[in-house]
Amino acid sequence: AVAMMNADLRRERAAATFQPELLTHILDGGAERTRRRKEIEALVINDPDFQHEDLNFLSRSQRYEQAIRKSSLMVMKLREYGIADPEEIYWFKSFVHRGRPEPLDLHLGMFLPTLLTQATPEQQDRFFMPAWNLEIIGTYAQTEMGHGTHLRGLETTATYDPATQEFILNSPTVTSIKWWPGGLGKTSNHAIVLAQLYTQGQCKGLHAFIVPIRQLGTHEPLPGITVGDIGPKFGYDEMDNGYLKMDNFRIPRENMLMKYAQVEPDGTYVKPVSDKLTYGTMVFIRSLIVGDSARSLSRACTIAIRYSAVRHQSELKPGEPEPQILDYQTQQYKLFPLLATAYAFHFVGAYIKDTYHRISGDIHEGDLSELPELHALTAGLKAFTSWTANTGIEECRMACGGHGYSRCSGIPDIYVTFTPSCTYEGENTVMMLQTARFLVKSYNQVSSGQRVTGMVSYLNDVSRQRIQPQHVAARSDTVRVNDPVSLVEAYKARAARLVEAAAKNLQAELNHRKSKEDAWNRTSVDLVRASEAHCHYVVVKLFTAKLSEISNAAVCAVLTELCLLYALYGISKNAGDFLQAGILTAAQITQVNQRVKELLAIIRPNAVALVDSFDFHDVHLGSVLGRYDGNVYENMFEWAKKSPLNKTQVHESFHRHLKPMQSKL
Amino acid sequence: SVNPDLASERLTASFSVQRLTAVLDGGAERTRVRRAVVAAIESDPVFSRENQYFQSQNERYEAAVRKAVHVRKKMQELGWSEDGPESIYVYRALSGDVAFLLHRVFMRSISVLGSDRQVAKWIPRATEYQLIGSYAQTELGHGTYLQGLETTAVFDTSTQEFILNTPTISAMKWWPGDMGRSATHTVVFAQLYIHGKCYGVHPFIVQIRSLRDHSLCPGVTAGDIGPKMNFEHIDNGYLMLQNVRIPREDMLNKFCEVQPDGTYVRRGSQKINYFTMTSVRISLIADEVILPLMKACTIAIRYSVVRRQSKLKPGEEEAKILDYQTQQEKLLPQLAAAYAFHFINNYLHELFNRGYKEIQGRNFDSLPELHAFSSGFKAMVTQYCTSGVEICLRACGGHGYSLLSGLPSLYTKILASCIYEGENTILLLQTARFLIKCFTAASAGQPVPPSVTYLAAMKPRRCPAKDKLDFLCPDIYTEAYQHAAIRLLSSTAAKLQDLIQSGIEKHDAWNQCTVQLVQAAKAHCHYITVKNFVETVEKLENKAGIRKIMKHLCDLFALHGIFSNAGVFLHDGYISGAQMDMVTASYLDLLGVIRKDAVPLVDAFDFTDESLNSALGSYNGQVYRRLYEWAQKSPTNKQISPAYERYLKPLLHNKLSKL
Repeated sequence: AVAMMNADLRRERAAATFQPELLTHILDGGAERTRRRKEIEALVINDPDFQHEDLNFLSRSQRYEQAIRKSSLMVMKLREYGIADPEEIYWFKSFVHRGRPEPLDLHLGMFLPTLLTQATPEQQDRFFMPAWNLEIIGTYAQTEMGHGTHLRGLETTATYDPATQEFILNSPTVTSIKWWPGGLGKTSNHAIVLAQLYTQGQCKGLHAFIVPIRQLGTHEPLPGITVGDIGPKFGYDEMDNGYLKMDNFRIPRENMLMKYAQVEPDGTYVKPVSDKLTYGTMVFIRSLIVGDSARSLSRACTIAIRYSAVRHQSELKPGEPEPQILDYQTQQYKLFPLLATAYAFHFVGAYIKDTYHRISGDIHEGDLSELPELHALTAGLKAFTSWTANTGIEECRMACGGHGYSRCSGIPDIYVTFTPSCTYEGENTVMMLQTARFLVKSYNQVSSGQRVTGMVSYLNDVSRQRIQPQHVAARSDTVRVNDPVSLVEAYKARAARLVEAAAKNLQAELNHRKSKEDAWNRTSVDLVRASEAHCHYVVVKLFTAKLSEISNAAVCAVLTELCLLYALYGISKNAGDFLQAGILTAAQITQVNQRVKELLAIIRPNAVALVDSFDFHDVHLGSVLGRYDGNVYENMFEWAKKSPLNKTQVHESFHRHLKPMQSKL
Repeated sequence: SVNPDLASERLTASFSVQRLTAVLDGGAERTRVRRAVVAAIESDPVFSRENQYFQSQNERYEAAVRKAVHVRKKMQELGWSEDGPESIYVYRALSGDVAFLLHRVFMRSISVLGSDRQVAKWIPRATEYQLIGSYAQTELGHGTYLQGLETTAVFDTSTQEFILNTPTISAMKWWPGDMGRSATHTVVFAQLYIHGKCYGVHPFIVQIRSLRDHSLCPGVTAGDIGPKMNFEHIDNGYLMLQNVRIPREDMLNKFCEVQPDGTYVRRGSQKINYFTMTSVRISLIADEVILPLMKACTIAIRYSVVRRQSKLKPGEEEAKILDYQTQQEKLLPQLAAAYAFHFINNYLHELFNRGYKEIQGRNFDSLPELHAFSSGFKAMVTQYCTSGVEICLRACGGHGYSLLSGLPSLYTKILASCIYEGENTILLLQTARFLIKCFTAASAGQPVPPSVTYLAAMKPRRCPAKDKLDFLCPDIYTEAYQHAAIRLLSSTAAKLQDLIQSGIEKHDAWNQCTVQLVQAAKAHCHYITVKNFVETVEKLENKAGIRKIMKHLCDLFALHGIFSNAGVFLHDGYISGAQMDMVTASYLDLLGVIRKDAVPLVDAFDFTDESLNSALGSYNGQVYRRLYEWAQKSPTNKQISPAYERYLKPLLHNKLSKL
């Protein structure tokens, strides 16, 4: 029987001032892409092979097993359907695994691409087709127990033995054990291992080696290899993150990836030609994380906002029925800025992806001029968006009260799956400092009379047009709180001020001390703040720029409201920066705070439609609280009945512990 | 052997760790008792948490029941009484990983809400565990708003019984601990109906499972509500009642009674009831909120001196990550907060003990203040500490994400405290309501409770600080906090007044100001916390370097708050832009100062390795070895996974189509 839609949600949807499908098209990048996405989604969701019990009730081993089962089918079906476009593969995979990681992630995402970019033609012949056909399943073993951020500190060694023309791989210390690589624990039979290369008695730095780790046929670890699962984690239950220890393990010379650097049979080392292209890969992966920040936050917002429209509690007006909790100002204040943030991050993710593709074209033509800035920018934006989304997801869960804490809400899972992105592919604080390094460099260029371009071009104005508190009166009437373009200017001024302050503090430290590194460390809190302000400016700028591309008036109106809310809420939360720099007066801050509250009320009628536009299928959303039909309570009950503790009417511990206790006392 | 990187940190402590531990415990004698309890519990293998991270929900539940049974035996053996000095340390030593916590709430509610006869009937049986109790208040559809509960209890004069029903899905009792699998009885809160008239929510004792074979009683549907973020060891339950009849005597009737003919009689004051609620809020702060933050700080700070990454100076050894300013800026404010909240917790307990004496003398004057305090501080401390634990977790990079670090479970457990015993936003609004009342009274020159007299005080309009050292003067920053609290409250009160005068209805005006009201309530609690920290430091023994290091932490806590909420202090120019730069400078300087004592400061919390249960945070700092050893114990490395034969093998042999 087709369940009725919850009356509250029906009312909410009827009252929306715009068509959610139109906004979905914008998020997808066109109506045709929405159509194709839904087509692929239907392929997965209607396929009985991809259906299974709720994962919340399974043990870690069972979840791993489900994941590997689905991954096997996924690879087969992708080829059967002829889906080859990277983005379409991404959709397919994310519907199959419902936004969770899976054991073949590293094989598909790192092992195969690394073979393509770093293997010689001869190596590709040997490894690529078997890997493509999954006779070889590989992972990418870089991180060690003792080293993540500082790659040069990795301790694994690969020593060349010219006598046998082999590399001898060793994990010389406990800290050198490879730790964390996905798919390593149980799934892979090969790994690309990063190790310090020693030849002719000299260390030549980090290089990549293809190392077989398990016996083909029996899947038992090879002699000299110790490999296993690193144990339970916060999330990532379906992933067998692993450890790998090598003791005098020998591989043929031909297993070093030698497209760039080479070791000749006699042990002579041939240096690589410089390879800036690795920048490109990093930019690409970080742009994926920005997109993931947007999607994960969107999912959490969808759940929290739908649930808040269904949940009724307490009294707003004496004597009246209990209102939807979404009618409370405090609830709106928790959720709507996050909704606006989710939209902002969608547009930022799309921008980076587009820029990356555009620059990739230039790179092929040998023009690398834009790469350093994009690299610096994506480092910061990766950190900025993942931190914000991380906190935002938790705020969404908190906004769902007690039921948010149950796994049936789906938000705990979104959080534990998302939160590692603050650490992997570049620890966030380290990322912020990378961006800061670029900002300081740009600032110094401007100070020495050069001009800078791109997103940092505002620094050109800093030295000329000093931003001083005494200019408040002159500047204050230039900021208009209802005009996104004017708010972009305010954010720009804040970024300029904080970059300048950090650069000056750094200079002051340098004047006091000898060591550059020490001065940098003593300024790093300021530097991170400067980076954050820069990223915040970029996000506001990109969101504002997006508005002019929207043709439908109703959609444009609602996105403008969200953009304003995003920008004003950010000012309100960082009022100190704007006040201290004299960008806004106290009276204007009060006005900003007031306007934020007005916007909450303005956005309220469209809130449900705005999360509907994200267009998450219920299966993908995985939440009882966030169901499209809003039938929350009856489905919570149905879900709970399947809990493992409910398998028997009387739990066995009654006979084992309770009964003996009662009879003894 | 202790990792040399950790050992060297301990050589340079500026204060006596042992003395500070005694200060935290409230005297050396209490330290001794606590350690004795911890040793007794941890030496007993039944209480081991060694394999906890590998266990399923069913295994965790069973272990918790086993421990609950065993701990009673243990206490009897050792001669520890339920209200003796040891008992509070027992729960702490078990890290809360034990069943039947709601059984205590069941007993307390009967003691408070039951008549003498009811107490005599139920308490001895409950004490002897002849029955196991739970406390069923929250429903699927209602948590915050108790008047909205939907469960009904209809009095039937002909049989002298109440008939209990769950009329809708949303009326199902949902969440009560120990109810899913264990409890035989529960206190059910239901709307009382007599002769068709509703008398509001009342408590009833209802038997839900057979005392013989534990099967569900007729008309009762109950079970476990399914997996949560944590509390796998607790069987939070659901309960549906269909025409369940209980005798008239089983409504808890100390304050009101239904007579045989259906006459409803109310007696005595229910105010004491509020006091129970407020005391529960205060009692959870120490064990459920501050201890987890202290544990998280211990783990993260010890790990941060063992972990080396990158180089601060070329050619040197890689630096301890705690030497990076950004890492200090994450962790040290959390450490300062743990101390600040430990002291505010002491203060709240004093306040409550005083209040309790007054109330016993039938003087209820301090109740509104106590209620406002318990609400506001419960909200502020839980929110602050939850975010603190998460910061510690993320500061440990990838390894923090492993369950073996101990941090994920500390986090998922503490964050529940933001919701239970009163959702934080609701609680802050209750505090705000009290503050607005007091502010209005104070402005009109009427007397107000001592904690809020500051609302009437006239203060200088500008912060007098001249250089960054001035901000290490407690008077300077305490006044700044006080000023901010008054400003936020007075501007909100004015706004509320304006709205009402412009013709907006009172409740609408209130809803339109709630964001500001929440902020004002937080500012008040923050101010009191800073003030109390300052006063505590002044009273501390000026021996063994204790007062000095506590003064540094107090300064750090206060300046971190100003640095992080700069807008609030800059808004009306109380602190100028130039002064804010001084705050920042002093704040960053303090990080470097406290850095030197960071490890001794967490050592002073005196957690055993067993209680931390962390591969990263052990006293000896052998982080990597522990991590490797623990990982090998994971069931994923012991069991033969069926996944290989079933899926991987065909995959590797390229027989995909046969799957």
